[in-house]
Amino acid sequence: MRLYISKAALLAMPGLVGFALTGSYRQGGLTDSIERGKKVYAEQCLSCHQVDGGGVPHMIPPLIKTKWVLGDKATLVNTVLLGLNGEIEIDGNTFHNVMAPHSELSDLQIADVLTFVRNSFGNKAKAVTAAEVKKIRANLKH
Amino acid sequence: MKNLNPRYLYLIAALCGNAMLACGEDSTRVAPAFVNEARAALSGGLVLPEGFQAAVFADGLGAARHLAVNNNGDVYVKLASRKNGQTIIRLRDAKHEGRASDISGFANYKGTGIAIKNGYLYASSDEDIYRYKLDAQNNVISDKPEIVVKGLLSRGEHEAKAIALDDDGNLYVNIGAYSNACQVVDRKKGSPGMNPCPILDSAGGIWQFKTAKLNQTYGDGVRYATGLRNVVGIRWNTATHSLFVMQHGRDQLHDLFPDLYDSKQSAELPAECMYELHKGSNCGWPYIYYDQFRHAKILAPEFGGDGKKTAGGDAQDPVVAFPGHMAPNDLLFYSGSQFPAKYRNGAFIAFHGSWNRAPEPQKGYLVAFVPFKDGKPSGEWEVFADNFSGSPEQTASGRADHRPCGLAEGPDGSIYVCDDNKGTVWKITYSGK
Repeated sequence: MRLYISKAALLAMPGLVGFALTGSYRQGGLTDSIERGKKVYAEQCLSCHQVDGGGVPHMIPPLIKTKWVLGDKATLVNTVLLGLNGEIEIDGNTFHNVMAPHSELSDLQIADVLTFVRNSFGNKAKAVTAAEVKKIRANLKH
Repeated sequence: MKNLNPRYLYLIAALCGNAMLACGEDSTRVAPAFVNEARAALSGGLVLPEGFQAAVFADGLGAARHLAVNNNGDVYVKLASRKNGQTIIRLRDAKHEGRASDISGFANYKGTGIAIKNGYLYASSDEDIYRYKLDAQNNVISDKPEIVVKGLLSRGEHEAKAIALDDDGNLYVNIGAYSNACQVVDRKKGSPGMNPCPILDSAGGIWQFKTAKLNQTYGDGVRYATGLRNVVGIRWNTATHSLFVMQHGRDQLHDLFPDLYDSKQSAELPAECMYELHKGSNCGWPYIYYDQFRHAKILAPEFGGDGKKTAGGDAQDPVVAFPGHMAPNDLLFYSGSQFPAKYRNGAFIAFHGSWNRAPEPQKGYLVAFVPFKDGKPSGEWEVFADNFSGSPEQTASGRADHRPCGLAEGPDGSIYVCDDNKGTVWKITYSGK
């Protein structure tokens, strides 16, 4: 676990540097965020959602052009924070595997991985920022 | 030439391919893939051992999970999705042409299990088991079934209620564990294993009920075997008079314990195991898993294991250990005489295909065979039917065209395989040519 936190800190550093340099919250730019998010995806998401983001029939939902991925950011961030339990439906297909909560990820890691997903596998959607994740996470605690 | 049926081109290709095989080293380098492709084209897309043929018996059924064949050759398929609002489809080869021409259906509950015995058709939803009486003409008398067992646990993970029937009026049903490794929080990194695992009281095993008693619930059943994470392939072996199952082994060793397992080890481990069960059997889940390289039961990392420590002295060993995550979804012991002697009493296993090997290449999407003699495996397992995925690339990516899920033997000794991706049913026969 200790090793894990230090990894997270390392991943967060370029974002903080970017923030300091630009003076505005840009997470060091979209490209950097996607690049970092790709690493988070490989460690946290890939073994279930697969290399191509296509998921697994009946079990694990795809991350390709679905309303979950491209739609409301709060729903998406909450899915990462809380996980999923129970069947969901996407375009007439149902998926029922358990997704564990990933609340241990930092705001920046969640922002990066979602920005990566929203700009990969044929998706094109606005970046998610760490500030947005922070706010959504705070709302969950009320 | 313009009007030449493409089928003939495949035939020509197949003949050329065989000829090329005999043409020496240079051509054999090219020939196998070429020959396989041509043979697959002639065999409903499947690649089979010499002398076997497959034909598409029906297709487009949707999520065709398990199937059962009646004495008259009618094939009943259980769907986990609705086809025209129905979830049990009867396929009848009315014209004796090796293909279903009379297709009808009934029932509206989704599920996996189906079996036929003594004039009754049994089928399961994810919570209940039903039966339908068949009349002298082999038709279902009423589409209103009797309820044999009701209220079994279904929590969205390992919910399929695969069933098997023995010769003494007993019904066996898998109640899969609603968990990967019985952690406090399922699949959550760092969440410890629960010891003892409370899931085992009502799931993670095989329960035995009576076929002839209606409206049974948990209290009427017997926990026949425990310590089984999830079983979809379950079959009564009439030669050994015992129950055999294929367990789906645990997932995510690397995700959950990256310091103990790299992604390659996590792709290979643990083995997908065949077990022979008796009343009171314990196969060790969630405390141990079977490592097919060490030939040992290893203490699960959620319970203090380090990838090497052995444990589970009271848990039984598998009969056969297959590569990890290939997802065995059905098991059939061959009792016919159509196939060569080698196949008699042996086991066919439908491997649905993996997902939990990523980022390593996926594996499976095939039907395997294990020869048996005197109730025990008498040789290594081999691939029997392959190319369900469509190509080696589709196997590796997991984007398979077809995923074999159900197996059944017909009265003439042919075997049927169904796929739950596109709902294709193949009939596999042997002509020796």
